[in-house]
Amino acid sequence: MTTLNTPIAAITAISTEAAPRRPHWIKRCRQNSILIGGGILLLMTLVALCAPLLSSYDPTLQNLDARYSLPFWMEGTDPAHLLGTDHLGRDYLSRLIYGARISLGIGFSVVLVAALIGTSLGLLAGYFGGKVDMLISFLITTRLSLPIVLVALAAVALRGASLTTLVTVLGLLVWDQFAIVARSGTLAIRHQEYIRAARATGASHLRIMLREILPNLRSTLIVIATLEMANVILLESALSFLGLGVRPPTPSWGLMIAEGRDSILFDAWLIALPGGMLCLLVLAVNLFGDGLRDLTGTEVKR
Amino acid sequence: MNLAPANDPILEIRHVSRTYKFNGGLMKPAHSVKALQDVSISIERGQTLGLVGESGCGKSTLASIMLGLNKPDSGEVLVDGKPVLSLGPLQRSQLIQPVFQDPYSSLNPAFSVYDTLMQPLRIHRSEAQDRPRRIMDMLDKVGFPRQLANARPGELSGGQCQRVAIARALILNPPLLICDEPTSALDVSVQAQVINLLLDLKREFGLSMVFISHNLAVVEHLADKVCVMYRGQIAEEASREALFANPQHAYTKELLSATLLPV
Repeated sequence: MTTLNTPIAAITAISTEAAPRRPHWIKRCRQNSILIGGGILLLMTLVALCAPLLSSYDPTLQNLDARYSLPFWMEGTDPAHLLGTDHLGRDYLSRLIYGARISLGIGFSVVLVAALIGTSLGLLAGYFGGKVDMLISFLITTRLSLPIVLVALAAVALRGASLTTLVTVLGLLVWDQFAIVARSGTLAIRHQEYIRAARATGASHLRIMLREILPNLRSTLIVIATLEMANVILLESALSFLGLGVRPPTPSWGLMIAEGRDSILFDAWLIALPGGMLCLLVLAVNLFGDGLRDLTGTEVKR
Repeated sequence: MNLAPANDPILEIRHVSRTYKFNGGLMKPAHSVKALQDVSISIERGQTLGLVGESGCGKSTLASIMLGLNKPDSGEVLVDGKPVLSLGPLQRSQLIQPVFQDPYSSLNPAFSVYDTLMQPLRIHRSEAQDRPRRIMDMLDKVGFPRQLANARPGELSGGQCQRVAIARALILNPPLLICDEPTSALDVSVQAQVINLLLDLKREFGLSMVFISHNLAVVEHLADKVCVMYRGQIAEEASREALFANPQHAYTKELLSATLLPV
């Protein structure tokens, strides 16, 4: 009997001890994700804002004598260029720093445009219901059925690539999450008695949507905004990589990856550096968004 | 307002009917529900009308129509002698205000108590310097502690929420209050507090009230006149004493006999 009992006791002892230990570091990471993500994001934003102070070279200045100068960890590096130079002899560190401006700038402005469009449409659909809802739901479904990259490619190809076109086209394409969340949130709220009470105190429809409903959707929409931003930054790089985003002399991480493609076998760091930065930024934004979601307790359905 | 003769009706409901139509789905036919059929009621200034009836008899539809938030198919509602649908939202809200059933959902969770009471004053563009004083005075009158003015509805009890809802309704000084089952979601002891508060406020402000309830004991305590609704129609309309002493309609008798009387 004792021989039978001991293994069971041992197993239970192990399982009770092991249970809290395993997810400990995961839990730690989750709690800190908002700090880690937010910290990286803040650092990158500061670097992007202070770009002229931090970089000692003009990112578009060519110097054909100093082409393919190697970064500091390789042998034969030029101490004047910490991260080396590209195929036109432009300082790679300066280009990376200025590239952060493009990525973050486009990320912020596209999300702003998309949030504005999506939230207004979602509020209108949820609040008025009926025919308005039918029309806007149709718009949302139409938008969801369009492949973003393909449409953006077509639009940019037609209009010609420029920063404004890129922001407008992407802004017009990524509002769907905002619209869906704003609509379902409004639907849940609009029959609450405080909305009727607001109507009875003489509040207009616009006032009810903006002052009574929108504050209740705020935290969810902020979470959506961060997650969409990561998406947009990747899209910008993809389009720039394909040559339909940012125009060449302007430094963009996606464009830098495209320009480094020819020398991928010999100078892989030309691609690894902007690629790594892109990874880091998208990871940071995602961590920040996830952390915010855990913090505010809003569940985002994707 | 006090210049008007005492028996001048503050609220007149004339032959109001309302039918809800439901579009059928793919497999079911369209149908309609007659929520109200030819309902006529009038309330004199300073009177309290008790509106009783079972769930789904049209009480709440009638309340929305009185508030001008729902349009009747036929008939009209006159508040202070003017058709309620002809009034603009600002004029209307100065005459008639609601208190709703669910104290939690009748306050916006995003606003503090202070902000909740600020909204009507902002909408009506009242004197800006006067607003904090009016809000604090109103909180005192409904017996809500001033130090909780910055609390959110989630931090308050049901009774406290309902006091705030009453304060919001009264802050524009309307002569008429529509209470749509204001106590049915509250604990019994809190119910009594809220009812006594309504009675005190009614006396203080000279309010007229429509008190919708399915609790006959509450109505007997509050109302001057009682209307019993049954299936969208007024089954019986009588003064409180007459109704409770000598019910005429079969449904009223049934309702009275079904009530649990306090021991």
